[in-house]
Amino acid sequence: MNMRPADLPKAPTRTTCPYCGVGCGVLAQPDHLGGATIAGDTEHPSNFGRLCSKGSALGETLSLNGRLLHPEIGAKRASWDEALDATAEGFRRTLETHGPEAIAIYLSGQLLTEDYYAANKLFKGFLGSANVDTNSRLCMSSSVAGHKRAFGADTVPGTYRDLEIADLLVFVGSNAAWCHPVLYQRMLAAKAARGAKIVVIDPRGTATAEEADLHLPLAGGSDAALFCGLLVHLADKGRLDQAYVAGHTQGFDAALARAREIAPTVSATSAACGLPPADVAAFFELFAATERVVTLYSQGVNQAAQGTDKVGAIINCHLATGRIGREGMGPFSLTGQPNAMGGREVGGLANQLAAHMGFEPASIDRVRRFWDAPRMAQADGLKAVDMFDAIGRGQIKALWVMGTNPAVSVPRADAVRAALKRLDHFVVSENVASNDTLGAGAHIRLPAAAWGEKDGTVTNSERRISRQRPFLAPPGQTRPDWWAVAQVAKRLGFGEAFGWRTPGEVFREHAALSAFENDGTRDFDIGALADLDTHDYDQLKPIQWPARRGMARTETRFFAKGGFYTANGRANFVEVAPLAPSASTDDRFPFRLNTGRIRDQWHTMTRTGKSQRLSSHLVEPFVEIHPDDATAEGLKDGGFARVTTTHGDVVLRVRAEPGQRRGALFAPIHWNDETSSNGRVGALVHAAVDPFSGQPDAKATPAAVAPARFARQGFALTRGALGALDPATWWARATVPHGFGLLFATDHEVTLSEIFPDLEPGDEIVDYVDAGRGVARSAVFRDGALAACLFVAPDRQESAWTFLRAKLGEGLTEGQVRSLLLAGRASDGAACGPLVCACHGVPKGVIETAIRGGAADAAAVGATTKAGTNCGSCLPEIRRMLVAARALATA
Amino acid sequence: MDRERLVVVGAGMASLRLLEELKAACPGRYAVTVIGAEPEPAYNRVLLSSLLAGEANDEDLAFRDRAWYAANGYRLLTGAPAQAIDPSTRRVTLKDGRAFAYDRLVLATGSEAIRLPLPGAHLSQVLVFRDRCDAMRLKTLGVPGARAVVIGGGLLGLEAAYGLVKLGCAVTVVHLMGRLMERQLDARGAATLRRTLEAKGVAFALGAQSKAIVGETKVEGLELGSGEVLPADLIVMACGVRPNAALGRGAGLAANRGLLVDDAMRTSDPRIFALGECAEHRGVVYGLVAPAYEQAKTLARALAGDDAAYAGTLLSTNLKVSGVAVFSAGAIEAEAGDETIVLSDPGHGCYRKLIVRDDRLKGAILVGEASDALWYLDLIASGAPLGPLRDDLAFGRGFALAA
Repeated sequence: MNMRPADLPKAPTRTTCPYCGVGCGVLAQPDHLGGATIAGDTEHPSNFGRLCSKGSALGETLSLNGRLLHPEIGAKRASWDEALDATAEGFRRTLETHGPEAIAIYLSGQLLTEDYYAANKLFKGFLGSANVDTNSRLCMSSSVAGHKRAFGADTVPGTYRDLEIADLLVFVGSNAAWCHPVLYQRMLAAKAARGAKIVVIDPRGTATAEEADLHLPLAGGSDAALFCGLLVHLADKGRLDQAYVAGHTQGFDAALARAREIAPTVSATSAACGLPPADVAAFFELFAATERVVTLYSQGVNQAAQGTDKVGAIINCHLATGRIGREGMGPFSLTGQPNAMGGREVGGLANQLAAHMGFEPASIDRVRRFWDAPRMAQADGLKAVDMFDAIGRGQIKALWVMGTNPAVSVPRADAVRAALKRLDHFVVSENVASNDTLGAGAHIRLPAAAWGEKDGTVTNSERRISRQRPFLAPPGQTRPDWWAVAQVAKRLGFGEAFGWRTPGEVFREHAALSAFENDGTRDFDIGALADLDTHDYDQLKPIQWPARRGMARTETRFFAKGGFYTANGRANFVEVAPLAPSASTDDRFPFRLNTGRIRDQWHTMTRTGKSQRLSSHLVEPFVEIHPDDATAEGLKDGGFARVTTTHGDVVLRVRAEPGQRRGALFAPIHWNDETSSNGRVGALVHAAVDPFSGQPDAKATPAAVAPARFARQGFALTRGALGALDPATWWARATVPHGFGLLFATDHEVTLSEIFPDLEPGDEIVDYVDAGRGVARSAVFRDGALAACLFVAPDRQESAWTFLRAKLGEGLTEGQVRSLLLAGRASDGAACGPLVCACHGVPKGVIETAIRGGAADAAAVGATTKAGTNCGSCLPEIRRMLVAARALATA
Repeated sequence: MDRERLVVVGAGMASLRLLEELKAACPGRYAVTVIGAEPEPAYNRVLLSSLLAGEANDEDLAFRDRAWYAANGYRLLTGAPAQAIDPSTRRVTLKDGRAFAYDRLVLATGSEAIRLPLPGAHLSQVLVFRDRCDAMRLKTLGVPGARAVVIGGGLLGLEAAYGLVKLGCAVTVVHLMGRLMERQLDARGAATLRRTLEAKGVAFALGAQSKAIVGETKVEGLELGSGEVLPADLIVMACGVRPNAALGRGAGLAANRGLLVDDAMRTSDPRIFALGECAEHRGVVYGLVAPAYEQAKTLARALAGDDAAYAGTLLSTNLKVSGVAVFSAGAIEAEAGDETIVLSDPGHGCYRKLIVRDDRLKGAILVGEASDALWYLDLIASGAPLGPLRDDLAFGRGFALAA
């Protein structure tokens, strides 16, 4: 903490990427100008030096633009003391008046384990409230529930190594090519080297599906039926591991009987899943015949009304074949967030207590003794959706949100935002000064240290704990979240129990709790780390748990020989409930809306949105729809659609996408009120939740689409501020090199002075007007460089946007006729277009030129242009371009 | 048999171009005599303002030396103004009394500057700007610090003003109309040009009528219609030119503003031709060099015995006006139903306006940057449908053709 520039390290700092659950090692070399050069850590076992587009662009996300740098009470700047006093006082008063049911804290998979631990301890042990939930509820709580149901503990049995030595990789509801690119590239490399087969089970034709040997575009939500069918097939073909089933499991017969009810045959399975029988049979045969098989799953499985059953159906097949915990096999949950696992380890979910213990009386007592806690929560608290419902009802009156943006991400986001406004006491710990959640009326704003400044640990999808280390001084008055929690605890009279001085002290306590009265009864045990001194903690190398005291630290898998954490040590087969969609479509809402991520953005864009490279690939909020559906609904590719559900409506750019199933829509989750006018897709999502995990079904909200039309469209680019537009204007905001861009569509006039409020008298303005075509373009030059520009036309102007977004601040060359910039492209027809390779900044046009120039495969394109040679997440797109070029050549 | 005698009256740019075209079309066919009033062979009149501004010298203005004329069999007389033509005897008489018989006669007598009949216009510091002589006189009077008023905001006046500014004079251009070059430019184009020239040091009084020249023995100022007096040490009248048609008229040739010619450049007398600024073709008197060159080409072919017809030149201006590129062709203002495309960069003094009618280019104005002028001129002249060129039209040939 409080590093001064002079103390900043001279050598690169080893730290961990703050995005997905792969947990890549990062080398950060501060440039002593507030930024840093970023490289992959070749010694980190998650990535061995690779980084994806997002990780590579971390250096572009470090600016202090938009950061919350000091505490605020009301809208006024306050001292930390005042803010902490007010925070503590609000919770004390609410507790005294309304009891522990009236307080809650909502955490984030972005938090460090130490932050999570401190918050969980305060609420569950000292304030008596289990209303401690997290955005991980939206992400992988069905996996947690599925693991606990089957294994008796939230255990990921396998390791990343298994993904490289498997002979069959089955991706279920996972677009790993975009969402876990580095791990995905490791698997592709293994496929190339060893001939592993890849099967992708996903309703959408994703980038991952494009690389698969077999893609099963099943009907959304029918995954459980597919794996029931697989279980039946394995049983009927004699592919079961009878010894394993008999020796280490229970409930197989009932599970199989239920599976037979749901999917008795290949043809019944294909009917239930909407798949060709031959493809289903091929998958079943491949699975049956391949011993080393890993089934990877992600949000397509978890974010479902039957998410926990889907996990169960997958695990059933691995238990039945004994393919678990051995090299190259097992079910594998890919977590979305950098520290979802760490949050689970400390118990930062409403239905966990701490350290992989639940609310059993013995556990409550054990944790109470360990913490010396005065006011233990006694039962599950409210999970995210219920928590915000309770806020809306006025039942929860005091809330602390830490490092997440529920007003965007929680289902029925508009209702959530309205609920937040009802709170008596609303505290937000944040990096940014403005987001939808802060805008919902946070009373107290606590400035949190961000990635690069924070110091602590995270755990990745393979149970590997890595250090996030600081390499920048915390700016302004930002502080770590664990410190803020401890300060509030102190003000509530718990100073002794929260007397940590360093994150290492928090971590040691956390590690000690994991080992406390454990003796092998709980999977999560990192007792070996409970005695790290400060130096050891600082130097801690990535380490996989379990790390029991006195146990050799080796790569560990679980359950090859049973040893489950159920009462009798046997795994439970799960009786999958009959398929029932969470909500039916009808005439009014005939589509199902699926939501998800895109390649270059993360969550609500507060970090990735700062990077101009990451803001290039897909710039606007969009909805994907099958071309035939688009035609039937009167939608045009590149036009606009109003997407409506019972809970709200948004207006999105239409992408007619043949890879989309008929009747299904897909929209990304990232855009919010900070980055778009009508892009809050979370506002559409219904609140149906999985009965076991409470995880919302974000993949199947009944929805309607209708064309939306605007008289004119355009974009603005500026190095300065963007003015407010007419409220009926559709817009999306994006970071561009040296400034910001706004893409818009409107029925109103857009004037230069309105959109660029900080025009100066000395600015030189260049205009192009073709009134007959409804075209108006302006460029503003200041000090000889392009300071802003505005393009308006009846239609979209993608190529002009991609040409000009890179031109802000660019000085004019001698003899250049600057008005020609308003042509919106280079005079020589120079290649441009949207960035395909975000890592190396290679636009589509350059790749097309390389292909025309004879680059025959992705490797050749990479050799010519560098595209696809870093994270590889653009390789599917490059291969698609190669295929298209070949088709054109042979046509 | 003796060769036919061809006499060319006038030794300016049109005349010289005719000689060059003849050399190509029918070398040696005629015994050619060229009679010029100015004391020297044809020079580049377009560069006179540059000469005045000191940006060009005599060598830059020179085209062909006397030896070239001799070597090609052209007899050249300079400083020899013609007096009269007698079509019946087919003779041209010079002021000095010499006479030349012709079988064919070409009149290339050009035009003369108009002098406004203002009170005081007789004073010796009141000048026009038409030939090298004028330029020399201007240069003599336009000493650094001298105050000059130029009457006329057309091409010639602006050229003179710019030249005088370069000499160090304080120059005001007085123009009757509210904008400069009103026959070539629309209001925004004219304003762009004005701002650029203002930045170069020229002051303007627009919408100002010249009433009288103040001063008894020498010029002291110009009084405007408003009563305001602009102090001046010299005054340049650049209010336009008048075709030098008197010689032809005196010979009984049909004339309007200029000598009427048909498409073969023939006047009402079949042995007499006219071209350049003294000629009027299909009701148009051209005041620019490009049409004269086209006419010269046509006339040379006609004299060579070929069928040749001049169909007129699309009215266009493509010039450096006082160091500023200005191009204007076709329509100046849009009519009902026309579409207008405008690209303007006032800060850099650039302005482009294109008028499109029924997917065809009907007019183009370029100020400040006119490198694609001829491309636009071709588009207007050919009347070809624009099609996909339309969207990039304003950005010039490079953009539109790379699309």
